[in-house]
Amino acid sequence: MAIIECEAVNSKRPVNLDLTKFHFPLPAITSILHRISGVIIFIAIAFLLWGLDASLASKESFASLQSVMDSFLAKLILWGILAALFYHFVAGIKHLIMDAGFGETLKGGQIAAKVVIAVSVVLILLAGVWIW
Amino acid sequence: MVTSVTNLGRSGAYDWMVQRVSAVVLALYTAFMVGVLVFTPDLTYEVWSALFAKTWMRIFSLAALVALGAHAWIGLWTITTDYMKNGVVRFVAQAACGTIMFVYFIWGVQILWGL
Repeated sequence: MAIIECEAVNSKRPVNLDLTKFHFPLPAITSILHRISGVIIFIAIAFLLWGLDASLASKESFASLQSVMDSFLAKLILWGILAALFYHFVAGIKHLIMDAGFGETLKGGQIAAKVVIAVSVVLILLAGVWIW
Repeated sequence: MVTSVTNLGRSGAYDWMVQRVSAVVLALYTAFMVGVLVFTPDLTYEVWSALFAKTWMRIFSLAALVALGAHAWIGLWTITTDYMKNGVVRFVAQAACGTIMFVYFIWGVQILWGL
């Protein structure tokens, strides 16, 4: 009995756990992005504190920070940081709304994931426009 | 009952609440900072340093820094416990996160109060 069940379960199923062959639902993707963006922000805090330090230390360091921020690479790094921050922000707001009891269904979760992607894409594009 | 010794509040419910309260503080601070930067296009050193010289701004910034410490610890603890099955690797990674967070906090206080 156990063997028959085992064969039935295993038939036509991949024996490997190749992550590239999985199809992840959108809420799973927004969830892992929330984690990844959180880790990026944690690393980015070093850059932000460095910038805050330079902006407040003196008039000269404020001016030198401004000239550093004129470079393309610095703008790109800032955009990356803001992208992670805004995504994490939007996905976090979604969490708080769901914690309050709204949209706690499969359908609600799928719609919320789409809204999170849409709103954060708009904010990230606006951040890019603001930087350049 | 097995209780974890590395999570922030020794209790999942407590961590859950701290994560959300700190998230609200960080969201308010983020929104405020974005608002200041977007609506002050020609930001000068005088305006910027005057803002951070105000006591309420220093308290707001310090609150954000404390919230960041708790928020990042809970988040990174969750991620490391989920993906790092080897106890030694996990301990080293969590110790590194804790050390970086401590440095961030001291650095932030130093910037705000200029020791």
